[in-house]
Amino acid sequence: MSTEKNKFEQERERWERTTAAQYKDRPAKFMTTSSVPINELYGPEDIQHIDYFRDIGFPGEFPYTRGIHANMYRGRLWTMRQFAGFGTAADTNQRFKYLLEHGQTGLSTAFDLPTLMGRDSDDPLAEGEVGVCGVAISSLRDMEILFDGIPLDKVSTSMTINSPAAILLAFYICVAEKQGVPPAKLRGTTQNDILKEYIAQKEFIFPPEPSMKIVVDTIKYCAEHVPEWNTISISGYHIREAGSTAVQELAFTLADGFAYVEAAMAAGMKVDEFAPRLSFFFNSHLDFFEEIAKFRAARRIYARRMRDKYGAKDERSWKLRFHTQTAGCSLTGQQPFNNVVRTAFEALAGVLGGTQSLHTNSLDETWALPTEFAAKIALRTQQIIAHEIGVTNTVDPLAGSYFVEHLTTQMEQQAEEYFQKIDALGGVIPAIKQGFFQREIAAAARQYQHEIEKKERIIVGVNAYVEAEEKLDIPILKIDPKVEKEQIENLKRLRAERDNTKVRQTLDQLKTAAQEDRNLMPPLIECSRAYCTLGEMINVLKGVYGTWREEPVF
Amino acid sequence: MERKIRVLVGKVGLDGHDRGAKVIASALRDAGFEVIYSGLHQTPEMVVEAALQEDVDVIGISLLSGAHMTLFPRIMELMKKNQMDDVLLLGGGTIPPEEAKQLETMGVGKIFGPGTDTREISEFIRSWTARRAVQA
Repeated sequence: MSTEKNKFEQERERWERTTAAQYKDRPAKFMTTSSVPINELYGPEDIQHIDYFRDIGFPGEFPYTRGIHANMYRGRLWTMRQFAGFGTAADTNQRFKYLLEHGQTGLSTAFDLPTLMGRDSDDPLAEGEVGVCGVAISSLRDMEILFDGIPLDKVSTSMTINSPAAILLAFYICVAEKQGVPPAKLRGTTQNDILKEYIAQKEFIFPPEPSMKIVVDTIKYCAEHVPEWNTISISGYHIREAGSTAVQELAFTLADGFAYVEAAMAAGMKVDEFAPRLSFFFNSHLDFFEEIAKFRAARRIYARRMRDKYGAKDERSWKLRFHTQTAGCSLTGQQPFNNVVRTAFEALAGVLGGTQSLHTNSLDETWALPTEFAAKIALRTQQIIAHEIGVTNTVDPLAGSYFVEHLTTQMEQQAEEYFQKIDALGGVIPAIKQGFFQREIAAAARQYQHEIEKKERIIVGVNAYVEAEEKLDIPILKIDPKVEKEQIENLKRLRAERDNTKVRQTLDQLKTAAQEDRNLMPPLIECSRAYCTLGEMINVLKGVYGTWREEPVF
Repeated sequence: MERKIRVLVGKVGLDGHDRGAKVIASALRDAGFEVIYSGLHQTPEMVVEAALQEDVDVIGISLLSGAHMTLFPRIMELMKKNQMDDVLLLGGGTIPPEEAKQLETMGVGKIFGPGTDTREISEFIRSWTARRAVQA
């Protein structure tokens, strides 16, 4: 073995001296999107520390580097789950039906900012934002309209909601109840990842500790009553969009995941009772191989920790299942049709990385929410990857690539270094309070911008191949301001029509449950049934838990 | 010593996407400006109040929520009420060109779209301040 290694080294040196020396590189920087330098060539010596059986293994088997299923896409394609939501519940209901008719296999709901922040559409701070970035949902009534005519025992629904996730889940359970669908039949995901809100997306309401308590409440409740529900989708997506590197996305997301595992275990649950319902959500950015390596490394790190550190025995607890979304932040306002191409490559990286579900961004998203036309091209991009280019015919086709295997291992090591730093700060919540993640991400975002401005990184249409006097010639979706008016009137009507004695009673019960540190899911479901609004429930909880403001760092 | 040009970088509304605001804030600081960053979830009233207290020359608002046609006019109204005609208002974020043009006609100094080089923003502020000094 050692003589063979020497032979590689000798031969490589010879190659550099003779063959390669005749060639000159372009005056460019060769690096990943994380600014990690890339070698000219990778070979057997770069993977000599990797053991196939220990580090790579077979698909569907520990440590799942090659994928969580033995036959991957030969068995079943990924779920094509396009994120949609705008305007009123009725508008979004139509878009859902349109997407289902065009072959989409799961629903994914985007909520507007007031909803994400736990505020009703008539809240003074909601002005101008109702139905703009997503659909406005203030009560069970809106939710009933959103899923009107969509059988909840047939579709799986993903809801991108975090601070008020427990409430939206309560709404969903109540809609199902009205359709005659028992909670045990509900399939879907609430994002419910509060830690990444403090780290990146910043749609937080309460301080971290009570927020974590509410997340654990949902995990416990679902384990018992909604067993098919994915209780958290631990999200690197927003960490990346906020400007992190691929390694930071990998490390911070997994660190968050382990923090939830530890919190649920600390609350008395056994790891195998809830871990099979955890899922992940990653970004797929432009650097093709770095992204593929990131997904492969994620699975390996997760499997090792879940088995060896947290003592999970159930194989399902070892498998990291993830949804991928192509990188919104990589798209350009300039020459927007180029975004179709960027998105296709990013989607392909997600597929080669073994994703279970995928959202492809639309070409117009730098400017507004997608038009129907742009959303359709994005969905078609996935269908072309699935059916036309042959990449789904064999499992993990890039395994054994010197470069990909080396990068995978390197990313695992770099993530481990971050875990040590986070541990040294006292864990994820103390690190959040010290601004650690926020500073690391801001520095990476600044670095990326520097590289673009120094032209070390070329962005077509932005700092190279620019079209002077470019005119934007794509249609842009506009949300009619009458959405806000309509929504406020609906709320007024709801408040007048519902049984307000019942509303007060259930809100009081919620308050008591929060004060007594009981599981909040049952009282939240009672409040939903009584048509309490989102804002009313959140305000009760704000009274008990207080609110959170972050120290701005830049 | 000459007084540094003071810029307030603000995030208005419920949107938490602060990457752009922070990149701009640090780029302007590196370019020699005095930068105050408001932090998240500010109302137009809070931003204008902070701008008055900090005696800034420029207010830069980052908006990705789509609420720009509501929030910019509100900020301009408050600036007018407080006689802040000598303060430059700038904007950035996901603001479609057509609406950016409308906002510029209404009195926003300039809207910088996605992909803007941060040097373009500092140059714009410097030349605006120089022109203002000549007029004064």
